[in-house]
Amino acid sequence: MPAIPFLKNKSVENKSTVFLPSRRDFIKISSLAGGGLLLGVSFQCRREDETISFSPNVYLSISSDNKVSIIAHRSEMGQGIRTSLPMIVADEMGADWKSVKVIQADGDEAKYGNQNTDGSFSVRMFYEPMRKAGATARHMLIGAAAREWGVEEATCTAENSVVTHAESGKSLTFGELAAAAQKIELPDQESLQLKDFSSYKLVGKDTPIIDLDDIVTGKAVFGADVNRAGMKIAVVQRTPVVGATMRSYDDTAALAVPGVEKVVKINGSGNPPGLNKPLEGLAVIATNTWAAIKGRAALEIDWDLGANASYVSEDQMEAMKKSTLTEGMVRRSRGDFGTARKAAGEVLDRTFEVPYYAHATIEPPAAIADFREGKLEIWAPTQHPQWARDSVAEACGMEMADVTVHVTLLGGGFGRKSKPDYVVEAALLAKETGMPIRVQWTREDDLHHDFFHAHSAQRIVATLDAKKQLTGWNHHTVFPSIGATSSADALQPSDGELGLGCIDFPYEVPNIRIETHESAAHTRIGWLRSVSNIHHAFAICTMMDEIAEARGVDPVDQALELLADEKKLDFAGELQGNFENYGEKLEDYPWETSRLKNVIRRVAKEANWGKPLDEGNAMGFAVHKSFLTYVACIVEVARDGNGKITIPRVHYAVDCGIGVNTDRIRSQFEGGAIFATSIANTSAITLESGKVVQNNFDGYQLVRMPQSPKEIHVHIVENARKPTGVGEPPVPPFAPALANACYKLTGKRIYKLPFSL
Amino acid sequence: MKTHTLTINNKPHTVEAEDDMPLLWVLRDLLDLKGTKFGCGQAHCGACTILLGDTAVRSCSLPVSQIGEQSITTIEGLSENGDHPLQKAWTAYIVPQCGYCQTGQIMNAAALLRNNPNPSGDEIEQAMAGNLCRCGTYNRIKAAILSVVQ
Repeated sequence: MPAIPFLKNKSVENKSTVFLPSRRDFIKISSLAGGGLLLGVSFQCRREDETISFSPNVYLSISSDNKVSIIAHRSEMGQGIRTSLPMIVADEMGADWKSVKVIQADGDEAKYGNQNTDGSFSVRMFYEPMRKAGATARHMLIGAAAREWGVEEATCTAENSVVTHAESGKSLTFGELAAAAQKIELPDQESLQLKDFSSYKLVGKDTPIIDLDDIVTGKAVFGADVNRAGMKIAVVQRTPVVGATMRSYDDTAALAVPGVEKVVKINGSGNPPGLNKPLEGLAVIATNTWAAIKGRAALEIDWDLGANASYVSEDQMEAMKKSTLTEGMVRRSRGDFGTARKAAGEVLDRTFEVPYYAHATIEPPAAIADFREGKLEIWAPTQHPQWARDSVAEACGMEMADVTVHVTLLGGGFGRKSKPDYVVEAALLAKETGMPIRVQWTREDDLHHDFFHAHSAQRIVATLDAKKQLTGWNHHTVFPSIGATSSADALQPSDGELGLGCIDFPYEVPNIRIETHESAAHTRIGWLRSVSNIHHAFAICTMMDEIAEARGVDPVDQALELLADEKKLDFAGELQGNFENYGEKLEDYPWETSRLKNVIRRVAKEANWGKPLDEGNAMGFAVHKSFLTYVACIVEVARDGNGKITIPRVHYAVDCGIGVNTDRIRSQFEGGAIFATSIANTSAITLESGKVVQNNFDGYQLVRMPQSPKEIHVHIVENARKPTGVGEPPVPPFAPALANACYKLTGKRIYKLPFSL
Repeated sequence: MKTHTLTINNKPHTVEAEDDMPLLWVLRDLLDLKGTKFGCGQAHCGACTILLGDTAVRSCSLPVSQIGEQSITTIEGLSENGDHPLQKAWTAYIVPQCGYCQTGQIMNAAALLRNNPNPSGDEIEQAMAGNLCRCGTYNRIKAAILSVVQ
């Protein structure tokens, strides 16, 4: 079974070394012409059985005019990473944050280490290396000052980009010290003194994002904002059905549209479509976007629609539901569920449906490519610039070294912009025509040709004995796998997908059987913010609520009870495959029930769970760990005067280890709740005759301000554990908590997403 | 192709464009004013919001030929130095996440305040309902607008 692509390359980078770059690297940076300090950080990527050293990579530099520059090598899509990682370096150095310039790295993993920005792992992977880089610079600057003054290093401090010797009152700026610091011996990385968490001025605080001023004035540069002299705009008519091919086309009318200059065919990848290849299409190239859009509308194309032309998503949903009534492939087994079922006093048997979802970033995909003298220069809002680079080189038959990918800001990502199909389109067209090209996707293109979150059917059978104890848990899950987008024989969910909130079911139940069933992909399946956790958490957390009711116990009490004694889960001896633990070893990031219990207690306390509510209000609870972050959620609903249900309050408790930028942790949870409200209430993609039915935001609806949750309270557990990510973890528990709240208000259980309030 | 004369951010501009070209593409492609964003092309999302006189308009659905004499304000012309009270409030509340929809949000809020300087929370929600934010910054947007009102 193929691994989930988004979990690939997620090797642990916990071994880093800081080094002095070569003279050649030094002179390449013009701001250092007058002398300065330049450091590189080398990450060692460790996998189970290999060690790969990447060098050189992330740089920080200090110029003689006291400017500190730090490279941001991860993509910014709203999570705040362009601020959070450089901020760690600056804080550890003692740099004046206001004078720090952040420079976005091009796609080059040999140089910068892992740049694949998804899976909520930027902070997890780079917190320690960034601290070490900053601490190294601080030691060298202090070393240079101490040498100059003939004093002990330990008597000097570095703050606000100034090194001070308190006793004598002497001070020198980082800029004044930079050239001398370059000659100081690198401190030993193992014995490097890192700052105590309590002495940080940026880390652990609310630090504003560095792009704030540019964003509110319209100066921030997103993908489509890049301009090149003589650039043309391409709008592409892509195959309406995945795997379809073009028999013939007539572009006469398109070419007659004023402004249209050329029509160019893009050969598609066929079936399976692949994760990094364009769909078959016809590009209309024009002097402006409007002409290209009109030209495309005038194309006449005769398609051979192929094997997916008869596909109806609703039919597949029915087939998937039916399959859950049969015996599946067992993926986890504890005890004997069959015996538990025979002995059961009561059996709850429920089926859950979750639809396809589109990412619907407000910035539709776009990319700019410029081909000159055998080299391609590309600008793209991409989460994974190295993959874009590799994919372009492969599609264009070029050497990777001849392809440069500049990363712009992303107008939302959520997993969509990991896939480089749109970047490859721009590259192919630029190379073919010799013109600088911007490929511009429209909203219709985005919704029709996304890599969708897979629709799914699940069935959970729970057994209770005569004493109302939960004795058995039988979870069937079936959905087209992400792997099927590249490999037609991937008919079962992968271990990676099941490790996203399904086989890591944490409760103490004596008999567990988790089964999967076959399901083929008929459209492009990808990963969307929290991936399979979305459907798994919805089914599990609503089922647990119903089980609590059948047992006559409170759902919060039940969760604490069934997590039982505090322990580290490893699911040993119960799995047919592997538990991937988000690419981390369990000894490094153990699955701790104590931390889950802690966020459950915290959210219950903060939300006043169990206390009387206003007439017409109700609360629902859900808890779900994902991406190594522990999250519990309570949603409050209310019926307004017109009988409409609203969401006045949401409480989250989150344990993500050390909170690096607390404001961005809160903002991810605020936004995660609203993103998940769309998942719960408004959005669904369906396909008929192999084609996506929804065209724009009238058909694929996102929640708007009046319908979104009003107060979103985020309670961050303070601890000194290793930091973990927060981009995805807010999403999974929200929809089930909302569904459970609605049940309390209406008496109607919810088994299908989306449901209207 | 026709010549159109437009007043944008208090400056006259002359462009050659087909009559039906939406103002959005005139701004972005012909005048290189990139602060106004493309989101849906159908006036569903509000990312392309500009002011026509004092009214918030979705520039993706306004043909250039229908603008006439009315003055256009884009995010680039909302304030001299990025110091419009709403821009300051957006900064104080650290509203943006990815930031893509925010120029449209700010322009829509600016129109709201020009027409109703003292909106209630409900009025803000209704007025801002046409502007989508996929990152989910709605609550901070509302708080930022309320901070300017109070």
